[in-house]
Amino acid sequence: MNQIIENFFNFEALARSQKLLLIGLETTLRLIGLAVLLAMGFGLFLAVLRHANRRWLNPLIIAYVDVVRACPIIVLLMLIYYALPFIGIRLPAFWAGILALSLNGGAFYSEIFRGGIEAIPRGQTEAARSLGLTYMQTMRIVILPQAIRIILPPLTTNTLELIKASAVASTVALPDLLRQALQAQSLTLNATPLVAVLMLYLLILLPLVQLVTFFERRVKNSG
Amino acid sequence: MAKLILEIQDLHKYFGKLEVLKGINLKVYEKDVICLIGPSGAGKSTLLRCINRLEEPTRGKVIFDGVDITDRKVNLNKIRSEIGMVFQHFNLFPHMTALQNCTLGLIKVRKMRKEEAEKKAMEVLERVGLAQKAHAKPRELSGGQQQRVAIARALAMEPKLMLFDEPTSALDPELIGEVLAVMLDLAARGMTMIVVTHEMGFARRAATRVCMLDHGLILEEGPPEKIFNSPEHERTKEFLSKIL
Repeated sequence: MNQIIENFFNFEALARSQKLLLIGLETTLRLIGLAVLLAMGFGLFLAVLRHANRRWLNPLIIAYVDVVRACPIIVLLMLIYYALPFIGIRLPAFWAGILALSLNGGAFYSEIFRGGIEAIPRGQTEAARSLGLTYMQTMRIVILPQAIRIILPPLTTNTLELIKASAVASTVALPDLLRQALQAQSLTLNATPLVAVLMLYLLILLPLVQLVTFFERRVKNSG
Repeated sequence: MAKLILEIQDLHKYFGKLEVLKGINLKVYEKDVICLIGPSGAGKSTLLRCINRLEEPTRGKVIFDGVDITDRKVNLNKIRSEIGMVFQHFNLFPHMTALQNCTLGLIKVRKMRKEEAEKKAMEVLERVGLAQKAHAKPRELSGGQQQRVAIARALAMEPKLMLFDEPTSALDPELIGEVLAVMLDLAARGMTMIVVTHEMGFARRAATRVCMLDHGLILEEGPPEKIFNSPEHERTKEFLSKIL
């Protein structure tokens, strides 16, 4: 018992690694904030573009979404960080992480948005267009507000997954939570920083998990 | 002679290899009330939907108010805003109140100020007898009320032509009357209308002309008395005997 407390919940070690962990927390928050925003925007863009049904564009979007969804995010990140420099494109670790997460997250988000858009009856689009609204106005004012209500649960779940996946950025030397904790661990020769990271992730993600449950219940009740 | 609002010339529509419209010709003058009747699959709804290009005509011309709308270069959104459409399943926007349904086109297409749009929307809701439901969401309204709001939504744009696609087919029988009453009122006020309907009572009372469609062609057209009392075509007789 003492051994567990000594190694996992050691306040002295925690105090010594506090600074490292705070830097990690800040990096991780910036990383996930920006990545979620960009991925969601990109996903929405792909979904709306695909729904517009341009004959030459759709196969490209479908191919992109399928390939990226099948590609492990860590492989994607390694390609961006270690392979792109061979052709002269050298991204800092932070932006490599953002790019990998956005490309991957965008593909998953786009499928979720597409599902929501397609769940709205055609008559809604027809009614809006017959009033003279443009395609984009119809999307923005009529279709998406209805679609988003339906897809809130998968949207939140996907955001959860994306946030968890952001820890891969530690593999390209980005000083995120995980990376900083590993460093603090080797500095203090104690596992407490890693436990602290787990706690911080739970602090961020448990509310989101609760939110999914809440949204699911609401959709169920209103449906 | 009344003003020509709509002229359809040799309109053809294919769905894949299936020819749904096989050369439709039709002239609609101001204050005309045209009822399109005929068996299901005759092409009535498709014809209606070609008029504001919810369906793309394959061949032929649709000239609305002097402009050929099948021309690629026309401002389709402007033309659509001048043609009101009422659907079988109402298609109200469920996340908006009755009032918001009616102001949407005015604000977003006509660029009207909000207060002005709301005043106009209240006027048309008043006309369909639903001013007191202005702030209700569609799901709080009966089918008949929803369809009346849908008519108000189209009316708010002050269209030059209104298209009705089986506006009472999805309604419980006891709710049909209130919708037909609104449509009769519109006709009496001189609105130019094209109505796909199975309500022969409405056609008799309101139509200036009835067109019988079958297999993608207008078999015969004429004033309601003629079509209903002395139809020329066997198919028309057969159809009418089945539904009257």
